[in-house]
Amino acid sequence: MSVPDNLGFFIDPNRCIGCQSCVQACSECDTHKGKSMIQLQYVDRSSSIQTVPVVCMHCSSPTCAEVCPSDAIKRTEDGVMQTARKPRCIACSNCVLACPFGIPKMQTELEMMMKCDMCYDRSSVGKKPMCATVCPSQALFFGTKEEIEKLRPRSQVSNEFKFGKQIIKTKVHIMLPKFTPTKVLDVTAAMHEPVVDKNFDLESLLDNFEV
Amino acid sequence: MAKLPVSIEALTKGFGPHTAQSIGKRVETGIEPDRVVNTHCCFCGQQCGIQLKVKENEVIGFEPRDSFPFNQGMLCPKGVKRYLQGSHPDRLLTALERNSESSSGFIPIDYNKAIERTAKEITRIQSSFGADAFAILSGASLTTEKTYLMGKFARICLKTANIDYNGRLCMVSAAAGNKKAFGIDRAANPWSDIPKAEVVWISGANIAECAPITTNYVWQARENGAKIIVVDPRITPIARTCHLFLPVKPGRDVALFNGILHLMIEHNWINHEFINSHTVGFEAVAQHVKEWTPKKTAEVTGIAEKLIRKAAELWGRAESSFLLHARGIEHHSHGVENVLGAINIVLASGRIGREGCGYATITGQGNGQGGREHGQKCDQLPGGRDISNPEHRAYIAKVWGVNPDELPQAGVDAYEIMRKIERGEIRGLLTICFNPKVSLPDNNFVTRALEKLEFYAAIDFFLNETAHHADIVLPGSLHEEDEGVVTQIEGRVIKINKVVDPPGDAKQDWKIIQDIAKSLGRERGFTFSTPAEIFQELRIASKGGIADYSGITYDRIEQQNGIFWPCPSEEHTGTVRLFEEGSFNPIAKGNGRFYFPDGKARFNLALYKPPAEDVDEEFPIILTTGRVVSHFLSGTQTRRIGPLVDQTPSPFVEIHPRLADRLGIKNGDMTTVVSRRGEITIKAQIVNTIRPDTVFIPYHWPGKQSANQLTIAAQDPISKIPEYKVCAVKLFRAEQ
Repeated sequence: MSVPDNLGFFIDPNRCIGCQSCVQACSECDTHKGKSMIQLQYVDRSSSIQTVPVVCMHCSSPTCAEVCPSDAIKRTEDGVMQTARKPRCIACSNCVLACPFGIPKMQTELEMMMKCDMCYDRSSVGKKPMCATVCPSQALFFGTKEEIEKLRPRSQVSNEFKFGKQIIKTKVHIMLPKFTPTKVLDVTAAMHEPVVDKNFDLESLLDNFEV
Repeated sequence: MAKLPVSIEALTKGFGPHTAQSIGKRVETGIEPDRVVNTHCCFCGQQCGIQLKVKENEVIGFEPRDSFPFNQGMLCPKGVKRYLQGSHPDRLLTALERNSESSSGFIPIDYNKAIERTAKEITRIQSSFGADAFAILSGASLTTEKTYLMGKFARICLKTANIDYNGRLCMVSAAAGNKKAFGIDRAANPWSDIPKAEVVWISGANIAECAPITTNYVWQARENGAKIIVVDPRITPIARTCHLFLPVKPGRDVALFNGILHLMIEHNWINHEFINSHTVGFEAVAQHVKEWTPKKTAEVTGIAEKLIRKAAELWGRAESSFLLHARGIEHHSHGVENVLGAINIVLASGRIGREGCGYATITGQGNGQGGREHGQKCDQLPGGRDISNPEHRAYIAKVWGVNPDELPQAGVDAYEIMRKIERGEIRGLLTICFNPKVSLPDNNFVTRALEKLEFYAAIDFFLNETAHHADIVLPGSLHEEDEGVVTQIEGRVIKINKVVDPPGDAKQDWKIIQDIAKSLGRERGFTFSTPAEIFQELRIASKGGIADYSGITYDRIEQQNGIFWPCPSEEHTGTVRLFEEGSFNPIAKGNGRFYFPDGKARFNLALYKPPAEDVDEEFPIILTTGRVVSHFLSGTQTRRIGPLVDQTPSPFVEIHPRLADRLGIKNGDMTTVVSRRGEITIKAQIVNTIRPDTVFIPYHWPGKQSANQLTIAAQDPISKIPEYKVCAVKLFRAEQ
């Protein structure tokens, strides 16, 4: 049982509508039932309705495992970083502090770290993870690279992240717009009699047209 | 007198809402369900496919249903957690009788005694005050079989004209506009046409929160190169990344549509061939929109003129398009005019009735479409027939085995029923699947009306806030405890399957109705033993009507993953897309594509009127109301599902920072919002995603948290939909 090589996880924050289906569905998966491992947050609700879902990125050089003093965090051969092994985890929170994406969560009542494992009970038997199955906007997509490239001609795929000097490659991919990204807007910019913040003028709104 | 038997606090202690959580069998891993049943979500009009897992007659969880083509496994948070409504601590397991001596206000009574008392009170009221003194309020979350039975029960068992339903708050403006323009009331296209469109125009539809699965269709259109135009007073999640956002001032949509048509005509972005061959009435409309210059349109709508011109150009020059609208343009005292304005720009473009060229209203309730077709509307008979049409009356009377003269004439709409109760003209009420104390506007008035009822019987599975006033409560069934069909957002008739049995004394709603008929001594026509038998009669009753279901069977629905009506015979594949050349049309009979005898669509003048209650010095701010993604309608179900309550525990008021600054309100401050009818004190959420002249409150909560204390009971003169989307308020920071 392993996640087939040709299947990948793709995140497109441009599509996210903040509905929390992923959060609600995550806790329905058998490997972590009752606990949601995905995070979904507003970037800054006062200025935008933008939300971003964050799953484990399943790094090729995983910081969480590298800093684990008890060797409790294992990667299966298919590249999926698993939740800490209960017999080994000493609940020290090193991984929680070290992960550049902020993924691992300390479950104090269980005295162990838990994290997104790509719904291993599902993905290892050919099903999609719960979050990517239910996601109404398909901001979370699970499938082949060929499928996503065909479905999303206006996006490009990336899996390389820089954190200071650290460059991290991940199993999970992020979708970036090939063209101009959408600007953050104040609703008044589009009004008939706008009293406009200079950062939000009508011309910047018109930039969104791409026509 | 149907005043509350005990305090709200005591009622809440007894009957909730308490919240269900994933505990016990539902959180155990590796548990083998006894069975996994294919069915649909119980909430919105999209009716997503879902599988429910059952262990020992309890729904313990769900599995995505990838095979259902509409949602392909996708679900919103309500769908994900819907299973928690079963085996709920608040579930009504017995009939109840009001008793102010009881700590909870009600005592359990024998089901048959409850039925007998209901029948006795119906007889007493009707013999003293006339048949119309007893009214029925029904709902559009019921299966179509039940909605059909409710209409039949009102007309030939109670013989009352006064039946209406909660679709009055939902679909009626779109329905009336569609009938005037197209002669038929159904989404014109399947959703699979959305990604094929070059321009997608979305007016007054918070798709991401109210029809979340539709998001993926819109995003796929965007990926394919479509331009997305969103018209809304708020930057909703679907508006954030659209190409063109038009922040319309609430209540001014028709002005925008007229302004767009003006520019289309000026630049010759109209399809003359289509207009000449397939429509009538264009000249008068063209004349009318002459006055809607871009300047005037900008002044009235509050949208920058440059953006109006851009929108007209994108829409006008497109080769293919899909226009979607929802309650944002429909919940107005001129909701029908708004809809007609939208249809005019579709007809002028000629882009309808083809692949990738579409138009639809986004139906709100689970059976918002099917529930408005088969006779629970005050002026309607099955098959979308008209109760004032002698031929239609004669056909249905024959199906029902009665004399046409025995059928009542049209009754009044749901809000007018409340007014008649308040005036003492209606003395008794039966409700099912409707919670008007939360969902109707100016609901302090609704409470005063309910208090005047001599007798009120409520059928429900939880004791909703309206049912607090009941004399008798009859324990009905959840969605998953019965079978039947519903018609979803696209016009696709699908099948709800029974997953578990009703618990305790609870019964399938159609059995309760039949038991009342029997106790009244008028059971003829109410002796069905299964929903399938009701459906068989419904097929016959709908035959020859516009909403023709006669070719649809349960088996065919299962085999084809749903069938689009009209479907006039078992050999007919169903009508996936309306208005196609040569598609089934019993009205035009080959004369054209649209559902009029000449086969031509109608342009209609769409007249601009300001909202019934515009802002003034005393109440200078516009209030608009709507939904959040984690709750559904009056919240009877979702306010009882723990994870959904956690997601949005209480209502809030969205205020633009400029307005908030002026009023000295900070993010998180308790803020009082006051209208001429009531007030509410809730937390402020300061966001620059709403017009500074407008505030927004979601409406899912009861009592002191109810947004509908503030809203106005102004109604559209044709559709009778209430104006939920605009009223005048003032607001201030509450005393700390």
